Amino acid sequence: MKTTIKTLFVAIGLMLLVPAFSARAQVYADRSIQLDKYMVPATTPTATPDAQGFLGRWLLLEPISKPNRSNTVFTDSYIREVFGQEYFKGQLGDVLPKDGSKIKITVEYQPPVSLQGGRPMGFGMEAPKYEQKKVTLKWHAMDSKLPNVKLFRFATNLTEDRYGIICWAVTVVNCEEDIPNVRLAVGSNSASMWWVNGEEAVILSGDRRRVMDDCASPRLTLKKGRNVIWGAVINGPGMSDFCCRFIDEAGNPVKNITLTTK
Amino acid sequence: MKKNIILACIVALFSLSAAAQVGSPYIHDPATVTECDGKYYTFGTGAGGLISADGWVWESGAVRPGGGAAPDCIKIGDRYLVGYSSTGGGLGGGHAGRILTMWNKTLDPNSPDFEYSEPIEVAHSEMDEDCDAIDIGFLMDDNGRLFCTFGTYFGNIRMVELDPATGGRKEGAQDYDVAIDCEASSMMYRDGWYYLLGTHGTCCDGANSTYNIIVGRSRNPFGPFIDNVGRDMLQGGGKMVVAAEERRFGAGHFGRIKVEPGVEKMSFHWEADLDLSGRSTLAIRPILWKDGWPEAGEILADGNYKILSRRRGYALELTVDFVRAQGGMRGFFGRGQEQPVVVVEGQKLEEVIGGWPEGIIPARCNDYMARPHQKWTIEAVPDAGGYLGGPWYKIVIEGTNRALAAAEGAEVVTVPEFTGADEQLWAIEQLTDGTWRIKPKTVPGCCCTDLCLYSVADSTPTLAKFDFNNDNAKWDIKMR
Repeated sequence: MKTTIKTLFVAIGLMLLVPAFSARAQVYADRSIQLDKYMVPATTPTATPDAQGFLGRWLLLEPISKPNRSNTVFTDSYIREVFGQEYFKGQLGDVLPKDGSKIKITVEYQPPVSLQGGRPMGFGMEAPKYEQKKVTLKWHAMDSKLPNVKLFRFATNLTEDRYGIICWAVTVVNCEEDIPNVRLAVGSNSASMWWVNGEEAVILSGDRRRVMDDCASPRLTLKKGRNVIWGAVINGPGMSDFCCRFIDEAGNPVKNITLTTK
Repeated sequence: MKKNIILACIVALFSLSAAAQVGSPYIHDPATVTECDGKYYTFGTGAGGLISADGWVWESGAVRPGGGAAPDCIKIGDRYLVGYSSTGGGLGGGHAGRILTMWNKTLDPNSPDFEYSEPIEVAHSEMDEDCDAIDIGFLMDDNGRLFCTFGTYFGNIRMVELDPATGGRKEGAQDYDVAIDCEASSMMYRDGWYYLLGTHGTCCDGANSTYNIIVGRSRNPFGPFIDNVGRDMLQGGGKMVVAAEERRFGAGHFGRIKVEPGVEKMSFHWEADLDLSGRSTLAIRPILWKDGWPEAGEILADGNYKILSRRRGYALELTVDFVRAQGGMRGFFGRGQEQPVVVVEGQKLEEVIGGWPEGIIPARCNDYMARPHQKWTIEAVPDAGGYLGGPWYKIVIEGTNRALAAAEGAEVVTVPEFTGADEQLWAIEQLTDGTWRIKPKTVPGCCCTDLCLYSVADSTPTLAKFDFNNDNAKWDIKMR
C-alpha cells in the first residue's frame, strides 16, 4: 500500500513537471496556415506572459509596404531612419490606438517581379523604382498562441503584403509594483527596434533570424502601473515575426505582469 | 622595390593557399563529401559536382541528374543514396518543394555500374505551408536508423525517418518540426546524442553573406534540439560551429565525414573565397569536439612553430649539441641589483648552425628551450596535392632547408635539403580533441600508409600506427 501511495505521489509529481517542459516537446509538423494556428483576436481584458515569459498580447498594425529585395540593407542607420519617420499619429506615444481603428497612409509599392531561382531578376543590382499607393491599414488586438508573434501569417491571412514590409506592434505591460533591473529581450525576423515608455530600448539591425533572446536592452525598471512597449519590425524577403520577453538579472523570465492593449 | 612587393604578394598568396581546397573547387550547397573507390565526390545545386583523387585537389566531373537544389549523399552498405530537391525557389519564390532520393552502386561516372535508380519522393511541402522542402541532409545513426532533415528559412526545418533498404519513407513515418529560421540542415549522431545542424545568416551575397553553421542536440532523433544555453532550435537556438574567416565568408551546408576514430572532418561551402575571385567554393575543416559540442578546427597555416609531444610536452628537435645561451647566470644572490634592465638576445641560428653535422641528423625530443634546432617552419607544398581537407606540408628548421623526413626502419630523421620527395611530405591533421596527427606520405622501405609521428619514449620520436586513445600519437603545434 505504501509503495502504491509513493508511486502515486511520484506520478503526480511528474505530471506537475510536464507543463514546465511542454515547450520542449517534440513537434509534429502541421501543414495548416490559418491565422488561428498562430494567433487569435484578443477577447479577454488582460493576458499573461506564457510559461517562458513571452509577451503574447499585441496590438498589431497591418503591414506597411516597404519594398526591400535584400535584408542586408538593414544597417543601424537605415532602420533608425526608416523607423524614425512618422507613419501614424500617436506613434510611440502613451495612448494606444483602438482595436479596429484605421490609418490612411501612402506607401511605396513594388509591383510583382520576375523571379529567377527564387530571387528577383537582377538581385544585387540597383534597386528598381517603386510605385506609390494609398492604403488604409487597420489595428488588430491579438493573442499569439506561439512564443513568436508570427507577423508573416498575420499579413498573409489579413492583407496583400507579405514581403517587403514594416510591422508596428504595441502592448501595455502592467505591474503591481516597480520591477527594477530587468531587460527587454527580443528576437526578430528581420531587423527591429523597440521602445519602453517612449525610450529606445533595443535595436536589432542586420539580416536577422528570429532567435529567442537575441538582443537585450540595458537594465531598466518596469514601473508600477502601465508600461507601454512599442516595436517595429522590417523585412524584405523573409517570414516576419518576433518574440519579446522581460528577463531578470539571472536571465529568468519576468512573469508577474499582465498585458493589455489599452 | 617593385620586385620585392611582387615577391611579398606571391609569398602571401602561398601562405594563404593552405586554407582552401585547390584545383577548381567551385560549388554551392555541397553534398557531404563521400568516398567511393578511393576518390572523393560531392554534388551541388544545379547539375553535377566535384571529384577529387586525394581530397584536396578538386575538379568538376561528378554526375547527378535531376537538377534542383542542395543535394546530399550517404553510403549505405555497398550503395550510395543521393537526395536532392525540386522547388519553386527560396524566399520570395514558390515553396512547393519535393525531396527526392535515388540509389547508385557507384559515384564514379566512368564505372560500368554507374546508374541512378528512379528518384522517389520522401517528403514535400505545399505552396504556402511553414516549410520549403529543399536542402536534404541524411543521417544514419549507430543503430542503423536512417533520417533526413529538410527545409529553409521559409518556416521550419523538418525531419522524417527513412527506410535504409529502400531510401523511401519508413512506413508510418511522420514529419517533425525541429528548428526554425534555418537552411541547409544536417544531422550527426555521437555518444547517444543526435545533433541537428543548420545554417543561419544571409545566403548568396558573396563577401556580404553572413551564412554560419549552428548546432543543437537531443537524446531523441525527433528533438527537441537544445543549444548550449538551453534554447530550443524551434526558438532560434543554436551554438556556432563555423563562421567566416579572414578571407572566406558564408559557411553553409554542413556535412560530417567520419574518417576514423579521432579524425573527423566537415564539408561545407564558403559563399565567397576572396582568394578565389570571391566565388563559392568547397571547404573542408576538421571537426573538434569540446564538452560534447562540435566546432570547426583548422587547416594548419604556414608559419613558424614549435612541435610538442602530447606524451611529455617535449619539443621535437635536431639531435645536435645543446649550446649554452647568454643571460641570467648569476646565482641566487644579487637579484634586484641589476640596473638598468636590458633585453638579452635569444640564441640565433648563425651562432650554432656551424656546429651541426652536414648530412642526415636524427630527430629527438627534449625540453623546449627556444633554440634554433627546435624551431620549425611548416609550409604547404604547392602543387604537391594533399589528402582529405589538407595539403602536403614540408617541415624544415627555421631559416634552413633542413627537412623532417621519414626514414627506413620507420624512423624519423632530418635531411639537409628539402627535395619534395614523398618521405619529406607530411599530412598534418587536427584531431577531434584539438591535438595534431603528423603523418608522412610514405615511409622508405615500408608499404605501410598509416604510420604517424609517435613518441616511443619521452625523448624518442619514431613512426608507428596511429591510435587516437594514445597520447604517444598526438602532438601540439604551437605558433611562435
